[in-house]
Amino acid sequence: MQKDPSRIKVVVATDCGSTTTKAILIECVDGVYRQTHRAEAPTTVEAPFADVTLGVTNSVTELQELSGRRLVNDDGTILRRDSPEATEGCDLYISTSSAGGGLQMMVAGVVKEMTAESAKRAALGAGAIVMDTIASNDRRRPHEQVQRIRELRPDMVLISGGTDGGDTKKVTELAELIAPAKPRPRFGGEYSLPIIFAGNRDARPAIERTFAGGGFDLKIVDNLRPTLEREHLGPARETIHDVFLEHVMAHAPGYDQLISWADAPIMPTPGAVGDILQAIAKGRGINVVGVDIGGATTDVFSVFDGSFNRTVSANLGMSYSISNVCAEAGMESVLRWVHLDMDERELRNRVKNKMIRPTTIPQTHEALVFEQAVSREALRLAYVQHKAFATELKGVQQQRTVGDAFSQEEGGRSLVSGMKLDLLVASGGVLSHAPRMEQTASMLIDAFEPEGFTELAKDSIFMMPHLGVLATVHERAAMDVFERDCLVMLGTCIAPAGTPVAGKPVMRWSARWDGGSAEGTLMAQEMKLLRIGERALVEVVPERGFDVGAGPGVAVKREVRGGSVGLILDGRGRSLSVPDGAEGRRLVAAWAKALELHPD
Amino acid sequence: MAKAYTPGLTVSSRVRYRARRLLPLTGRITVKAGERVTATDVVAQTDLEGDITPMKMSNLLSCAPRDVPGLLLKPVGSAIAKDEPIAQSKGIFGMMKVTVKATASGTIESASDSTGMVMIRGAAQPVQVRAFTSGRVVEVLGSEGVVIENDVALVQGIFGIGGEAYGPIAVACAQPGDRLEASSIRSEHAGCILVGGARMTIDAIRRAIELGVAAIVSGGIDDADLKALLGHDLGVAITGSEKVGITLVVTEGFGDIAMAARTHALLASHAGHGASVNGATQIRAGVMRPEVVIPLADEAAGDAHAGGGATAGELSIGTSVRLIRDPWFGSLGTVAALPEQPAVLGSGSKARVLEVALADGQRVVVPRANVELIAE
Repeated sequence: MQKDPSRIKVVVATDCGSTTTKAILIECVDGVYRQTHRAEAPTTVEAPFADVTLGVTNSVTELQELSGRRLVNDDGTILRRDSPEATEGCDLYISTSSAGGGLQMMVAGVVKEMTAESAKRAALGAGAIVMDTIASNDRRRPHEQVQRIRELRPDMVLISGGTDGGDTKKVTELAELIAPAKPRPRFGGEYSLPIIFAGNRDARPAIERTFAGGGFDLKIVDNLRPTLEREHLGPARETIHDVFLEHVMAHAPGYDQLISWADAPIMPTPGAVGDILQAIAKGRGINVVGVDIGGATTDVFSVFDGSFNRTVSANLGMSYSISNVCAEAGMESVLRWVHLDMDERELRNRVKNKMIRPTTIPQTHEALVFEQAVSREALRLAYVQHKAFATELKGVQQQRTVGDAFSQEEGGRSLVSGMKLDLLVASGGVLSHAPRMEQTASMLIDAFEPEGFTELAKDSIFMMPHLGVLATVHERAAMDVFERDCLVMLGTCIAPAGTPVAGKPVMRWSARWDGGSAEGTLMAQEMKLLRIGERALVEVVPERGFDVGAGPGVAVKREVRGGSVGLILDGRGRSLSVPDGAEGRRLVAAWAKALELHPD
Repeated sequence: MAKAYTPGLTVSSRVRYRARRLLPLTGRITVKAGERVTATDVVAQTDLEGDITPMKMSNLLSCAPRDVPGLLLKPVGSAIAKDEPIAQSKGIFGMMKVTVKATASGTIESASDSTGMVMIRGAAQPVQVRAFTSGRVVEVLGSEGVVIENDVALVQGIFGIGGEAYGPIAVACAQPGDRLEASSIRSEHAGCILVGGARMTIDAIRRAIELGVAAIVSGGIDDADLKALLGHDLGVAITGSEKVGITLVVTEGFGDIAMAARTHALLASHAGHGASVNGATQIRAGVMRPEVVIPLADEAAGDAHAGGGATAGELSIGTSVRLIRDPWFGSLGTVAALPEQPAVLGSGSKARVLEVALADGQRVVVPRANVELIAE
């Protein structure tokens, strides 16, 4: 079904979300691919419609009306061009989906920190929500594990364990717990639960015997951890995608039809977002973090030195999960970002009211300030979870020197580094729909604490899923659109890493841009915003003990990108701490004023 | 005229109600289509497979896994009691044999020769599904469950905790704006579905639990009280399995908020009638709200309409609405204008809005997302 990329000039892409199906039109204009129109319609996967293609047709019909280009046949299917000259139809139709709760998986591995973690990485990377991770050493007793497996209703199960040629007994034991527990699939009835085995190849016969009893559809793929030193997630990830299409999607109403419409396999939405971020990181040779904060969950994606990781924080979100954010972070952590007087008991009730009526929006300035404070904590917690997960492989034998004896660092260091981060991309309602771009930038900086030079951007209309699938068919088109239309550049943050001392300088700086220049000294706990237009040449000289990327006290001169916000200088040091009480409130108010977050 | 659609909760004096009563897996249906049932009748039952207890027999016997099947004292498939000898090692020249006792009662399900693991399957756990509401069985869903239909008065709450409960309706607060205090709850309320007014206090809830009240339906609850009752902060609104000794249904929201007068009047008009309550709430894809279901005696009247009443639907001038977000959370009013163009809110965001004439005469502009319809 693969199309010749040179013949693809008009693309229709849809993303079928839980509530909305979003369609975009991409056209090749003067040799460059641009996103030209967008439309949306309610998703129709639930009763009474129970057919996802209705929502797709509706959204593409709206696209057709907005663009003036006929894209839908009379029978509701997507119209294709029969010749490059034709002014009707498209050359390519692609789609992603997260409707019906997305892809939900259970994973299992022998050792929690090794094969189980690799299995989790494979599942998350494929776009799944991991409901639970069962491991021989997860501190649950076998009968507790069996009980847990019985309670879950996954779409599929991924089992790993053992290096190739190593011990087979432990992974077989794991399978022997799962098989009699008979986890029931979400779609019930006649559905055979897919089990993907990606463990020690020598254990395959025993695994086949264990799951021979019926009710399972066993698929055996290459070991995802063939040696302790190597992770090989590709085959497991591809099989997850295949099973998602063959089993999960095929059981969702209307998907068999949608699959037949699409010119490329339908991908789970987060899997597609991961793909586009990897393509960008690779294409530009940079390290990227992307975040998508929703009502129920927050996804964090990172690519550092070519290593991709994704985490889903299942109960960190801004509506359904808002109460959980406050419970996990603690109300005092949320309120440290608020510079206005607020009554905590009243706020608690407001949080719960948002949880039970998740579609409401903040009407007052005070409500917005509070909601953005919650979002900082949701993002911060999700990033903490991500950093703990995105690590070097654990269990790898390391050569240690005498110096290491004094180091507390264990194996499995986080790959995520604030200093190495080049680009931070935001998406999701609270970030995308903030009334001021400065608020989006401020939420990102406070939650992610980037160090040194970091570009900040937002995905204006959550186009990354569409582009992720497009990249699999036509990478250049995906890159063109990503750079030109998908990302809204907010600007660059320069944050020296170090511990600031009140009243002391953090760095000297100077900046020249088209039509202006400025210079000064950034003091401890100071924030500064410079409106630099598109680009500026910046020189910063950090004080001793502060680092902007070249080492403590070492000056850096480079060009930075501006954007709708500009250049933000952050003198608050890292890690970021907000003092308690009145002093904290005074500082938060000063930062808000410096970044022009709120109207006067 | 400008129109918009907005969600709402059902509060209906008469609605044709269909309860889908499903087993967690296939089983036996104990009623027939057309049969009349009462709320507590068992309509379907099944046996959930018993719990699995694994035993690492090769370790316990200090033998190779492949020897385990041959060392069982009873064959796979046999019943075994807890502490009954289940396997025995060969010993050394027939001496020093190790005997292992079963750690659970049940059936020996398997003995693995590759891992040396023996699985004991416990006794099946019976599961029964009750009718929940009285009515007629209108559909048998294979061997999975049934559909019960009846004409009922229905009140959907916004949030609840606790599972299904049954009892006669008793009114503790005469006015919808009265707070439900412990002093309003009396011993004759035991086993009842108690109708409060505004916020239910933690003391009232505790008193109700003490007296054995089946459920409380009231306008609001304070989050701090809910936390005190549950023993933890509720993170995600997926409830129904709490075991706090009572079912609670909140009709309006969190905080000091009066029950809508119409809801209170409807519940009060059924004082003494039997009703069913379910506190289960799920606010994610596939929203589930708590319910109070009051079967109507005159089923034959036949003027009931199917579905959820006039609560989810069109906003137009004059429609009654409830404001569901601060700064006017809980206020009631009618739609006075539906401007086409989005407006800039106090927060600085742009959104489509509507003008509401509040009951106190004030006219306020609020986002359309921040209102819900109230059935007339």
